[in-house]
Amino acid sequence: MSMPFYVSPEQFMKDRADYARKGIARGRGLVALECEPGILIVADNPSRSLNKISEIYDRIAFAAVGRYNEFQMLRVAGVRHADLKGYSYSREDVSAQELANAYAQTLGQVFTHEMKPYEVELLVVEVGHAPDENSMYHILYDGYVMDEQNYSVLGGQAEQISEALKEQYTPGADLQTALRLGAKVLGTEEESLTAPQLEVALLDRTRPRRAFRRFSRDELATLLG
Amino acid sequence: MPDSPLPLFPLQLDPGPSFSELLRRVAPHQLPGADLVPPPAGTTMPEITHGTTVIAVRFATGVVMAGDRRATAGYSIASRRIEKVFPADEHSGVAIAGAAGPAVDMVRLFQTNLEHYEKVQGNALSLEGKANQLSQLIRANLQAAMMGLAVVPLFAGYDDSRDRGRVFSYDITGGRYEELDFQTQGSGSVHARNWIKAGWHEGMSADETVDLALRSLFAAADEDTATGGPDLVRRIFPLIAVIDAEGYRTLTDDEVEAKSIALLSGPEQGGREQ
Repeated sequence: MSMPFYVSPEQFMKDRADYARKGIARGRGLVALECEPGILIVADNPSRSLNKISEIYDRIAFAAVGRYNEFQMLRVAGVRHADLKGYSYSREDVSAQELANAYAQTLGQVFTHEMKPYEVELLVVEVGHAPDENSMYHILYDGYVMDEQNYSVLGGQAEQISEALKEQYTPGADLQTALRLGAKVLGTEEESLTAPQLEVALLDRTRPRRAFRRFSRDELATLLG
Repeated sequence: MPDSPLPLFPLQLDPGPSFSELLRRVAPHQLPGADLVPPPAGTTMPEITHGTTVIAVRFATGVVMAGDRRATAGYSIASRRIEKVFPADEHSGVAIAGAAGPAVDMVRLFQTNLEHYEKVQGNALSLEGKANQLSQLIRANLQAAMMGLAVVPLFAGYDDSRDRGRVFSYDITGGRYEELDFQTQGSGSVHARNWIKAGWHEGMSADETVDLALRSLFAAADEDTATGGPDLVRRIFPLIAVIDAEGYRTLTDDEVEAKSIALLSGPEQGGREQ
């Protein structure tokens, strides 16, 4: 009779984490920046139809890196969760915090109980009515949640990008400045990313109900100058 | 499926981009009219709040939707300030006549359906698709309609693929009829429709159409007790929305007040003691 090899729980978890991390590290980067008009999300994404950034609810947006099919399923689940809650109670009762918790629980469950962990990293952001009321939740593949301020970085080159932002980020920047900073830190040392390589959306604080606004490539080209 | 607080579905049970379908899967009791049971034979229904006159009129580049502000329950006025014209999404609107409670519920579900589809799918439904969606919601209300809770809305919007405004009307079975130029609904609708019929012509501007809408509602309020006219004392005015390529815009009370005063000094003072 064959005996299964003993694998220590530490090793088991580490193998899974390595697997997920490797998958995510292959992905292109994404940053969210708090700025004067709201929260700007900039992704290195040349695709015109496969989005990494999308609208969840009135003032809440979702962004992700990693395996498209996995975060796509989580995105749709988030929209369903938010719309159900808003319909059952009221639009004001839908919050990014609750959604981040739901994502964290789901990813945590998948990480420990399913065949393979999800190779995704998520960002759930909510723009407040005042600049200091924003919230940004960064959720890792194992369900670990970080409550971040000023900026948040996801994807392969996260460490270098965070380093660059630490030096160059200033709070309260206008839209154009924030967009240029995003394109710069996502690019190489010599060159910023250009409009055709970017997917960009803004949670605009001043819009009456649905704050989410996606920029077309033409608008981006104009703004990047 | 992983254990999760999120609504996750195995592929064959996935509700797709439809919010109604999602609701049917996870919370069917929240669908409008879900717990409806017919009253025992011989019971008389209590008086139910009814919304009255609404109209939708096409003009050169869009549509105008308008409604008076009165709701009645039998011979009483249930509300002086009810709103019967709602944005369905950024480029369409829905105006309700009939039992006010179920109508407001239906509008809320309709709005959620449209937005949900847009977010899940990544693009908005066509205007025709939206009109059909509303049809299904009305059909689902048929049993309630048989018990006296009929809802008969008007749906209108700007169709960007055809670059024009379009107007749809419905019957209680969900039958959907596209109107050429305008339609009215509710107790005062005959008077309003006649007024519009006499004044409408092809190529009207948004402004002219708003005036025509206001006059037609005034005519309806003149002849029908269940339709409220402009109330200058309490500053309650008909709700008027203009929908075109720019989107959905509701006129402010100040705008409608100015137009109402101008209107009351015109030929409508006919019948006044000299």
